[in-house]
Formats: sequence, C-alpha cells, structure tokens
Amino acid sequence: MATTADQFQAHTEDHGHHDADHKPAFFARWFMSTNHKDIGTLYLIFAICAGIIGGFISGIMRMELAAPGIQYLGYWVSLMGGEASFDANLHMWNVLITAHGLIMVFFMVMPAMIGGFGNWFVPLMIGAPDMAFPRMNNISFWLTVAGFSSLMFSTFVPGGTGLGAGIGWTAYAPLSTTGSTGPAVDFAIFSLHLAGAASIMGAINFITTIFNMRAPGMTLHKMPLFVWSVLVTAFLLLLALPVLAAAITMLLTDRNFGTTFFDPAGGGDPVLYQHLFWFFGHPEVYIMILPGFGMVSQIVATFSKKPVFGYLGMAYAMVAIGVVGFVVWAHHMYTTGLDVNTKMYFTAATMVIAVPTGVKIFSWIATMWGGSLEFKSPLVWAMGFIFLFTVGGVTGVVLANGGVDDVLHDTYYVVAHFHYVLSMGAVFSLFAGFYYWFPKMSGKMHSEFLSHLHFWVFFVGVNIIFFPQHFLGMDGMPRRIPDYPEAFSYWNNVSSYGYYIMAASMGIFFVNIAYAFIAGKKAGDNPWGEGATTLEWTLSSPPPYHQFETLPVIEDHHDYHDHRPATD
Amino acid sequence: MAGKVNHSYHILPPDIWPLVASISALTFTSGMVLFMHELANAHLVLGLGIAGLIASFFSWFSNIVKEAEEGHHTPVVQLHLRYGMILFIASEVMFFVGWFWSWFDFALFPSTISEVIGGQWPPKAIEAVMDPFDLPLLNTLILLCSGTTVTWAHHSLIHGDRDGLKKGLWATILLGILFTSIQVYEYSHAPFAFGGNTYSSAFYMATGFHGFHVLVGTIFLIVCLVRSYKGHFTPRQHFGFEAAAWYWHFVDVVWLFLFIVVYVWGGWGAEIH
Repeated sequence: MATTADQFQAHTEDHGHHDADHKPAFFARWFMSTNHKDIGTLYLIFAICAGIIGGFISGIMRMELAAPGIQYLGYWVSLMGGEASFDANLHMWNVLITAHGLIMVFFMVMPAMIGGFGNWFVPLMIGAPDMAFPRMNNISFWLTVAGFSSLMFSTFVPGGTGLGAGIGWTAYAPLSTTGSTGPAVDFAIFSLHLAGAASIMGAINFITTIFNMRAPGMTLHKMPLFVWSVLVTAFLLLLALPVLAAAITMLLTDRNFGTTFFDPAGGGDPVLYQHLFWFFGHPEVYIMILPGFGMVSQIVATFSKKPVFGYLGMAYAMVAIGVVGFVVWAHHMYTTGLDVNTKMYFTAATMVIAVPTGVKIFSWIATMWGGSLEFKSPLVWAMGFIFLFTVGGVTGVVLANGGVDDVLHDTYYVVAHFHYVLSMGAVFSLFAGFYYWFPKMSGKMHSEFLSHLHFWVFFVGVNIIFFPQHFLGMDGMPRRIPDYPEAFSYWNNVSSYGYYIMAASMGIFFVNIAYAFIAGKKAGDNPWGEGATTLEWTLSSPPPYHQFETLPVIEDHHDYHDHRPATD
Repeated sequence: MAGKVNHSYHILPPDIWPLVASISALTFTSGMVLFMHELANAHLVLGLGIAGLIASFFSWFSNIVKEAEEGHHTPVVQLHLRYGMILFIASEVMFFVGWFWSWFDFALFPSTISEVIGGQWPPKAIEAVMDPFDLPLLNTLILLCSGTTVTWAHHSLIHGDRDGLKKGLWATILLGILFTSIQVYEYSHAPFAFGGNTYSSAFYMATGFHGFHVLVGTIFLIVCLVRSYKGHFTPRQHFGFEAAAWYWHFVDVVWLFLFIVVYVWGGWGAEIH
C-alpha cells in the first residue's frame, strides 16, 4: 500500500465549509448521530452498562446458589416491590435467569461486538469514510436501547407468579404462554422484536458497507479477517432473526388473541416453538462468537508480527461455520422426543462444525508458531480466548452426541459449556478487542500492568466459577433452579467464590479505563508496531471525525494473505 | 483541518428521526401491551406510538427523496440502496419461512390428541374451507396481472413515456386495492373464525401478514405515483420506483406460495364453503 497517514489527514485544499474534524454540538452529536465512530462509542457504552446490570444479576444468582436452601430471593422480591412468598421467590429466580440471559446475549455481547467494534472498525479497516446507511445505523442503536427499556419495564409489572418475565431467555411455550399471563412477558417479547429489528437493520448496513465500500484494490480476498467475520455474522443475523420474529409473534397471538400455535388443545405443539426458536438460536450463538474470531485473528497476527496463517482457510472456515450453523438447530432439542434418525443427523451435522472451528484454532496457533511474540495485553486476552474457547468447544463435542445429551441435557454441564464459549470465549475476545483498539478509539494508552492484572484475576475467577459446574452437571444438578440437595453444595460454594474474584477483576478494568483517560500516555497512530498492518493504524488516534476523504488505494503487489503496507 | 472530499459516498448530517422513530416504536409496543391487557391509557399510548411512527416514516422517506432530487444519490449510493432493498426482502422472506414452517408442521402432522384436530387436515373443527378456485384464484390473477402492469409502468419510465408510467402505476395500485378489498370480503365471509385451532391460526396469521405487506406495497406504489406526477424519476435513475416494484413482486411471489400451499394443498379434500 503506497498511501500513508499524512495523505488522509493533512489536506490543505479548501472545499467550502467542509471540515473533516468539525464535530456537531453535544445533543446533535450523541442523540442524532450519523457518524459510525460515535455510534460505535454509544454501543460500547451501552454494552458496558448492560453488562454491569447483567453481571450484577449473576452476582445475585451466585449468592443464592452459594448454599442450599432459599436464602436471598425473598429479599429481592420485596426490594422490587413484590410480596415475598414461596411462589414469588421462585418466580424471582426465573426472572433473574431470564434477564441475565437476554441482557448478556442481546444487550451486551451483540451490541459490543457488532454495534461497537463492528461500527468502529469495519469502515476503518476497509478504507471507507462511514457506513453505507448512516441514519439507519443510528436507528439500530436507538432501537436496541428501546428494546432494553422494554425489558426493564417488564420487571416492574406482573408476569407469572410475581413481577417480571420468568420465561428463560428461550421463552419456551407453554411457560411463556399459559404459564405467565401477565403483561411482563409481552414487554419481554416486544423487547426482542425491537432489538431484532435493530439487528436486522444493522446486518443490512454491514453487508452493504462491506460489499460496496471497500477501498480501491481491496478485494474480498484481501479484506481483514475481522471484516470477514462481521460479514458472515451479518448474514446470519439477516436470515435467522426474522424467524425468531415470526416465532415470538406466534407467542404474542397465542397469549393475547386466541391462536393455538403452541397450544396442544388447539392442535398446536410447544416443540414447534423450540424448532423455530433454535433455527434462530443456533445461528445466534455463532453471531456471538464469529466477530470474536475475527478480533482474535487480527490480534494474534499483530503481536506475532506475521500475517495470519492460512488467511483464506480462516475466512472460509467462518463461512462454513455460518452455513453449517443453520442446519444443526435440533441439537438443542435432543430430549424433546426426536426420533433416533433425526438425532443421528443432528449429531453428525453438529460434529462437522468442529472441523472449520479446528481449522481456526490450529491456524491461530500456527500464526504464533515461530512468530516474534510480544505479550501485550490484547495478545494475552486472545490467547486466553483460544485456550478457554477450546475447552468450551471440547465440551460442545461431548454435548453434540444425542445419546450423551439425553443424560446431560439441562444440567450444569450445559451451563458450564456455554459459559466457556460465551463468558470466556466471547467475553475474552471482547476484552482482547477492547485493549487492542482502546488506544485507537480514545487516543490514550491503558496501563499494561492493570490490563495484565485484570486478565489474570478474571481468568482465575471465571474458571473457578465455571469449571466446577462441569462436575455439578456430571453429578446431575439441573440448571435453572435456586435450590439443590446438600450433595451439590461443595462445588456450588466454590463456584460462588469464583464470582467474587471475577467481580474484583471488573474493578481493575474500570480503574484501568479511568487511569487511561486521566493519566494515560498519548497513543500514537500505531502503538502496536510493525505487526499492526490494517488500515485503522494508518490514521491518527483517535481518527479524524471523517476519515478517508481521499480513499486509500491498496496496491496489488502482495500475496492474498498479506495486508502489510509496502515499505515505500 | 479543512479537507476536500474525494469520494462519491453520501456523508449525512446529524438527524433526529432515528431517535424519534425508536421512541415511537417503544411507545407503540408499550401501547400494544396496555391494549392487550386492557389497561389504562392503552389507546392514547398506542395512538401516540403510531402517530410518531407515521411521522418518522414520512419525514425520513421525504428526506431520502429530497436528497435523491438534490443529486446526492451517486451511482455508488444507488448501489447501496439496491443492496439494502434486496437484503431487506431476503429478511422478509425468512419471516414468511417461519409462518410457512408452522403451516407445514400442522398440515403434515395433524395433532391426534387435540379434539378440534382429530388427526386430520384440515382439522375436524374446520367444517368447510374456502374454495381456492373461487375468490383466491381471482386474487391470484389480480396479483399476477398487477405484476405485469408494474412492469408496464417500468418500461414506460425507461423509455421516457411518463403517461404510460402513470397509467401503469394507477392500474397496479387499483389492482392492489382490489386485492385487499377481496381479502377483506373473504375474511368477513370465511366459514371459520380466527384462532381456536391450528388451521385458522396459521391461515389467518400467514395470509394476514401477507395482506399487511400488500398494504405496505400499495402505499409504496402510491408514493411512486405521487412522485411521478411531481416529475421525479428519470429513465436512468429511478431506484425508488424499482424498489417499490421489487417489493411488489416479492409480495406477489409470497401470495403464489400461499395460494398453492395454504388454499389449494392445505384445504385439499375438505368440504368447500
């Protein structure tokens, strides 16, 4: 690439009133934004706030589960303005698990990865001045906030046997229909409608941007892997979310207008809801992890100071995961009475996904192999991701077996599995991405010491929370219960201590951010050195309000896998 | 740091409508909850939400039209709009996949434990179905015909024949309204009521959502008609029209599937009303 940062920023020609760094006034800038970086910032702040709420709820749950018996639920019921009773207490538990799941999936991971990092870095990495549809970008953000608000409303109105929607993040009928007749569930369902509409519009925006706004010379096969990951993710969102919209609309009409989609009395079938839900829900889990794959690829290559190993294999492995991810949904439903042939198909199809995933894991290792590794905070988090995601992947292969799952279904083994891929996989990649791009976004350097400390405390904390849950699951402890027999108390107690360690690490994280803004060193254009070769590092930190007013040109004298700028 | 913009993308100024539209959407859904549970102020909240949404759609699309007329829609921006519309339609297709999925599930595996179904399809509770070769066939012909009239309008536009454009659009819109009217008539004379069993649940929801899309498509075409009277669109640049036409064809195709799967196959062997 023959272009340099100066060419984008040091324009001297005057063009009317145009000014690349002119920012609108406060309200216009943050509430009427059409700027992909500002909208990305809004998404990140929103995701952090939602994450605090969702994480606080986990704390309530781990406190309750620290010992057998119902301990604190009555307190939370009265605090929310309800009347504590056995039913209300247990309903409160259902509300907590529902809120925790929905918040973490729809209002923390997705807004942070796709809305936050996707918005910030897809245009920068492809050399585009903004997203294709800047206003639609903004409504995607505000509809996400609207969806979150609707979910918050739901906690203050009656649901089942108490306040709030206690239907699980999956909202299975009949618990979500005849089982909880109050308006809370309708608020929760509409919350998904709103967040879903936001994500579909976001998906349209990303696909259009990536297909049409790549800088001259940046072919699809030269695109950074993070952009590839967002592209695949956007297709999954586009095709999976409308099916969820249909399914939850059926819930609404079953609840309120007398249809019988999921009501056996009228010929309906609750299992149909599960099929529709998981046809969305399985792609959804890849939606939550693919952008993480993309970030980890960028980071591993940057700090190994060499291009990622097997670039094309990495890109098409994500495509393969996305495609196969649409035909494995019933592995969430092995115990619903599927016939044995169906279970065999879904077992086999699910295991196939381990192949492209293995391609990715081994390619990351091969990228680091022989690289000149620099253990900066983003790499440490990315390596944590690779290790812990692999653990979650291995238990995933165990659970993929229809026969084995008959025993493990709805036990803590499943909870341990999906928290290894999400709260260790997705969340580790989020922190990796955060530390990687924070200097670019803010113009300030965070503390490497605090970032490493954050990593180690968090690493220890989450493993203490979730590793024992494998044992609990193998011993038969069911998920989604606030009370359990004495036999499960030891590992539950250990798990709860892990939570406090994890919570302490979040304190370090916030101190680190505060430190960076107050006393952090100024970040240069490229704080990570020669390994950071994608276009965002050619810009200032933070980048100008409107970047790439002259589009960068990517010259064609490198192999497809090499994004390194030419030395001229 | 003053710069010169050397690209043909459309960088937009800040805009209030995304925020207003989102607040309106939340107001609308909250109003729906109040309405469904017969709580206080339901109509007020619902009305405010709908009014806000209509105002947002109107202003937002007016702005897009204005920008198009001001020449902001360079070839690459037009390409964006094409991709956007195609992708939107793709997501709509998946929405209907959900409804067809439930229809096939109910029809292929009719419940044996439900008394209103009785292990047969159409279910026991459905004493008679609509004759698919009566009004539904007429509606099929009307929509297919409207597909040709919108193509007539398109070709007229391409060849600079504004009169033909208007006539074609008028014909398409009238056929669309005719279709909707026949649907309303059909619903009000249907031999089975809404809900209560899987047939009438899936039937009304699938055809109802299709009907809603016809309504949206008709409004889209009416906007194009108004714009054609205002002198908008050129033989080379008329994406607003093309998007409406694409949407109309999409709605048409969904109807063909509904006609075959729901009306003909789904009611096969039952008493005809």
